[in-house]
Amino acid sequence: MIDALISFFKPSNRSLIRELVVSDFKLRYKNSILGYFWSLLKPLLLFGVLYFVFTKVVRIGGDVPYYPAYLLLGLVMWTFFVEATTSGMNSVMARGDMIRKVSVPKYVIVLSTTISALVNFSLNMVVVFIFMMLNDVTLRPTILIAPILIIELIIFSLSIGALLAALFVKYRDFSHIWEVALQILFYATPIIYTLNFPPLNIAKLISINPLTQIFQDMRVLLIDPQVLTNRDVFQSQVGHIIPISIVFLLAVIAIWYFKRSSPNFAEEL
Amino acid sequence: MSEKVALTVEHLHKEFRLPHERQNSLKDKVLHFQKPTYEKLQALKDINFEVKKGEFFGIVGRNGSGKSTLLKILGGIYQPTKGSVKVNGTLTPFIELGIGFNPELSGRENVFLNGAILGLTRREVIKLYDEIVDFAGIEKFMDQKLKNYSSGMQVRLAFSIAIQAHNDILLIDEVLAVGDAAFQKKCFDVFKSVKKEGKTVIFVTHDMSAVEEYCDRAMLIENSEVISIGKSYQVAREYRRLLNQDEQTSTSQKSTRFGTGDAHIISATILNKKGVLIKRLGDDDDKFLFRIQVVFNKAIKKPIFGITLRDAAGQPLMLSNTKSLNKQTNDYEKDQQVTITWELENIFNTGRYSISPAVAAEDAITMFDWREDFLWLIVDKDFSLSGPIYFKHKINIDI
Repeated sequence: MIDALISFFKPSNRSLIRELVVSDFKLRYKNSILGYFWSLLKPLLLFGVLYFVFTKVVRIGGDVPYYPAYLLLGLVMWTFFVEATTSGMNSVMARGDMIRKVSVPKYVIVLSTTISALVNFSLNMVVVFIFMMLNDVTLRPTILIAPILIIELIIFSLSIGALLAALFVKYRDFSHIWEVALQILFYATPIIYTLNFPPLNIAKLISINPLTQIFQDMRVLLIDPQVLTNRDVFQSQVGHIIPISIVFLLAVIAIWYFKRSSPNFAEEL
Repeated sequence: MSEKVALTVEHLHKEFRLPHERQNSLKDKVLHFQKPTYEKLQALKDINFEVKKGEFFGIVGRNGSGKSTLLKILGGIYQPTKGSVKVNGTLTPFIELGIGFNPELSGRENVFLNGAILGLTRREVIKLYDEIVDFAGIEKFMDQKLKNYSSGMQVRLAFSIAIQAHNDILLIDEVLAVGDAAFQKKCFDVFKSVKKEGKTVIFVTHDMSAVEEYCDRAMLIENSEVISIGKSYQVAREYRRLLNQDEQTSTSQKSTRFGTGDAHIISATILNKKGVLIKRLGDDDDKFLFRIQVVFNKAIKKPIFGITLRDAAGQPLMLSNTKSLNKQTNDYEKDQQVTITWELENIFNTGRYSISPAVAAEDAITMFDWREDFLWLIVDKDFSLSGPIYFKHKINIDI
């Protein structure tokens, strides 16, 4: 962990991350007319569909206060999680050509994809703020605590991304496994619904999920202090301790496993 | 490690485990409870060597000898199974040029990306940018997409970036096989100047003339082991002998052949000066005979017999025929056989040489039979200089 930190602050590694992120961003929207707007447009279109379905067809969101902002914030964070974990998983394979020919710190490759996702996330957050304004959400000073939750989300996504990247080199099944897991997680996280919607025992189950804790706490800080959180579900701090412990544990496992398997990437790819 | 040593390799072993059937999916892993069977491949066995600071060190070996694996271990890409590699300083592997080059990005963007992959910081690339572009000689194209570059331009750009990586040790795989002659010369000039700066160069190649010209010392790897290490000309000689080792002078029936077919060259042989058939020419064979047998399929008047001698690279060394030597030939009947013998001096150095015999009509235009590279001559001498031919000579020094 400490050598990873030292290595992160080595200027050449920082430059490498920067160049990987910048070139990735340039390449992603090359030859497309709308270019960077696609990264804004995609979650907005999804938002439009979900908003219509869940306020007009299945009236889940109808009486949730600030539902548009609530839904969009959830979707934007979810998009980040999907993007960071999926591209993190694929990153080592995608850069196989480079890994086989030059010795670079492997974590740099996974980290650069997380940062790429973070750039998109930041752009999308601008839209979230616009929606919050339109939705008459009052900005409170609690917004200043939000970066801590974003860091937790980054650590969680990066850990999963790194773990999957290392596993994916060995077993190609993980791309399918993760696709299914993401579909389950989409419904096991209160993105479109609120935590008081499912029955209590299911709400408790959902509250173990670190994403639930991050999303709900973000909504409390940014949108509405009345939003139901994990702590409310468990009626104690256990609601926070469990998901945070999961994030921490996963980070430790990811660092251990990635460190152990990364020296052999060049041979196994 | 002493200050004067750039790189030490001790008892290095590398073993690859090649699964008999690659298990890339969990299902395979779960369904096949028995342990997967591996084939062990010893890529490197007990490699020991040391490279001194400022040395130009060559690593030579045939394909599959393990030299590329060694290079990858030295470059930190593969992990050794056993043993150690100690590097005193920083190292740039030139295993391939232009790693990470993306055809959709501009030349300029690729410089920054490739530079970062080679360990340069952005600030350093900005500082070196003009020099890189200047060396590559493609200022005008830097804002164009790389996919619009010619392959030569891409190589030049890639090389220019790579030589700016400011490390103490340069690890060069045969990247110099690319680019035109002028650019190759430029590259070697750079390596020489890099060496003058006190940097160490490790050079992996097949090209023995480059080894002899540039390397201070060299190492020969064969069958995963170091079999020779020392002065570069000695190692180059060992390498040439190794290439010859399993080979014998022989004719190839598959060689290209053309002509009217009015005469056929049916055999070609090499004999020593006593007229005995031999497989290889050694130090004792100062003279040798090259003999062909020709059969005529129709009556021919005064044909011309000739040979072309080439070195292993296909460069012609000598063309000889009965006409240019003013040797009278006879008139031949149908089905008549004739033997023609050249008496030659063995001025060859260790290596392989091809002989292409031919029979042509008196007018020297109609070709009856031409057999391209029909016979491969193997020369193996203890005393051997580089270059294909050794002329007897003396060197006099007047003070």
